[in-house]
Amino acid sequence: MPAKKSSFPSASPLHPKLRGIIIGASGGIGTALSHRLARAGYTLALVDRNEQALGPLCGEINKGYEETRALPYVSNVTDYDTVPDALRHIVADLGGLDLLVYVAGVIYFPAIDEYNFDEDLKMVEVNLLGAMAWMNQAASLFQSMKCGQIVGVSSVAGDRGRVGNPGYNTSKAGFTAYLEGLRNRLTRHGVNVITIKPGMVKTEMLDLPNAPRAVFAVSPEKAAEGIWNAIRKRKQQVYISGVWFWIMLVLRNIPSFIFRRMNI
Amino acid sequence: MSTLTLERNFFPLQNFGHSLTAPAYVFKPRCAEEICEAFELAGKTGLTVAARGAGRSYNDASLNGGGIVLDLSGMNRIINWDPVTGRVAAEPGVTLEQLWQRVEPEGWWPPVVSGTMFTTLGGCLAANIHGKNNFRMGPIGEHVIEFTAILPTGAEVTCSPNKNADLFYAMISGLGMLGIFTSITMQMKRIESGLLEVHAWPVHNLHEHLAFLFDKAPDFDYTVGWMDTMTGGKSLGRGQIHAANYLHGDEDPDPQKTMKLENQILPPRIFGVFPKSILYIFMKPFANNLGWSAVNTAKYVASLRAHTFRQSHAAFHFLLDYVPNWELSYGRGGLIQYQSFLPKETAEEAWRGMLNISLKRGMPSYLGVTKRHRPDQFLMTHALDGFSLALDFKVTNGNRAKLSAMLQEFDKVVLGAGGRFYFAKNSETRPETAMRFLGEETIAKFRKLKKRCDPNGILESDLYRRVFGNP
Repeated sequence: MPAKKSSFPSASPLHPKLRGIIIGASGGIGTALSHRLARAGYTLALVDRNEQALGPLCGEINKGYEETRALPYVSNVTDYDTVPDALRHIVADLGGLDLLVYVAGVIYFPAIDEYNFDEDLKMVEVNLLGAMAWMNQAASLFQSMKCGQIVGVSSVAGDRGRVGNPGYNTSKAGFTAYLEGLRNRLTRHGVNVITIKPGMVKTEMLDLPNAPRAVFAVSPEKAAEGIWNAIRKRKQQVYISGVWFWIMLVLRNIPSFIFRRMNI
Repeated sequence: MSTLTLERNFFPLQNFGHSLTAPAYVFKPRCAEEICEAFELAGKTGLTVAARGAGRSYNDASLNGGGIVLDLSGMNRIINWDPVTGRVAAEPGVTLEQLWQRVEPEGWWPPVVSGTMFTTLGGCLAANIHGKNNFRMGPIGEHVIEFTAILPTGAEVTCSPNKNADLFYAMISGLGMLGIFTSITMQMKRIESGLLEVHAWPVHNLHEHLAFLFDKAPDFDYTVGWMDTMTGGKSLGRGQIHAANYLHGDEDPDPQKTMKLENQILPPRIFGVFPKSILYIFMKPFANNLGWSAVNTAKYVASLRAHTFRQSHAAFHFLLDYVPNWELSYGRGGLIQYQSFLPKETAEEAWRGMLNISLKRGMPSYLGVTKRHRPDQFLMTHALDGFSLALDFKVTNGNRAKLSAMLQEFDKVVLGAGGRFYFAKNSETRPETAMRFLGEETIAKFRKLKKRCDPNGILESDLYRRVFGNP
């Protein structure tokens, strides 16, 4: 955690604040979502390991408003031990918490005959374990506050284990299951948990080696809009573009004896 | 060894007006050692600590979003009460209700009380509250003989007007930002009857209103005005003045009887049947301009007959407790209060301007209360030789921006007229405004004391951050 450089404006009855944390804010969806939530009136703590990107992002957001809407917090999601302290400091700086969004994620595209444990480990660490480290802490706060929302940007890739990327499928399937578990725990305490399944989004991920051809890919801005709508309407599970709901409905229901012979 | 943990103690706290929520780690210390433990935990975790009594402040004085809040309502023992001298020593969580119910049957009354009896002594001292007798008896701090407090450094200090006087006059009115009271010794006032003789007069406009408050003050122990803030024109500032005197000697034929507790306690039901605790629900439909306008007019018409009556101390003082939970009738957005203190020379013109602005913009206050004041020597004082007007405003999702703009204009009017503000009430006071009415010297003095008592900046509330920022 960096030393506090500046601080968020105080809330008052006539200037109430909506407070959010975005983890993985400097990525494609994270950046777009940061802008979108700031526009919706949120005061944001932007968390990312990429210090170089985070500062300018905050500057760009704050430029558009009279008051500070976003401050950077540099942290690596795989430093699990630092999360409780980090979250506590952020909540103290924000003066409360209404929303936590986990957008951090990595993907590697292995060749069809490649088994790379290092890459699998990274994906599970960033996509799943980091999320659990942050969300466990946030869930505990929200549960005792009896309000709040937790948003996890999972993936349609978690709906089925596929030939192309078992490691990524695992990390996202685990994340989806974890979010469902949180939802079942927290709904009774007035806390809403949203699973976002964006499908393909035009971000740097699609430029990686071995990346698949973009199909029904949406812009990060469109994805951010979809996530904001889900937050606003307190949804539970959202496919960003409807077409992925139908694709995954079919995919989920293909019997295994056929699916294991297919190349998707 | 500290046994406090942050886990599972994070709760959403609100201001009294339910217009602001700030979640915090809440602890309920039972003794001074537990306050020290909380300071230690704060030091270890990098969090700040604010004190909270009954949570009756209209603003963010007892809120500390994301930090630690010490709920002192558990430290509520009356340590010592001497009915011969009228001296009482109590812990900070003792409420005025506890206090008066203990001392009144023996012929004493707290010299200064707020409009509600549910405030705690610690909170009363931190805000240095005043009552309807401010022009005569000053704020509550003038009746404190001595107090002890724990500083964030863990040191215990004892202060009185003669001992650690600088801290005495700063911690009382210091908003809990210098240390936390652990024991308070106060002098009660002798009463010779359980009743007060109350006079009520109608006043037909603002000039008459203030003239009455001014003229009646020398003859009475208490004065308070109610203002119909929803009528403009020639009748702007109309209302009713209540003034009361203690009964002396044989004015009360049977003081033993009138001082009995059962003659003081506010009845929980109207006409013996209707429970007051649900009354606020029936007030909700009136919580709009039309409804309150009708209520104000009806009240004014009912007050047109000047009359005199006798009333118990509790019934006269604790008007705000007549309808329990009345603040909930303002609906989801809650309410805020805007109280301005103005010199007697400039009050009329300033308030005429402010009331006209509020009427013109269609955002009138639903309740106005006026009082007469005199200055005091506490560091963060709000009082002056003049009057105060407290205005209640309903907050809705739609009116926040407009209301905020209007209150900023009010601030300008008040500052221009040499006025002051009260930190227990106003929720929108900005650092520049505080700097103007408190003066640079006072704020510098406060900061210096803060540095001395709390070198690591552990004591912070949302109010402190809002008004005094991050120095």
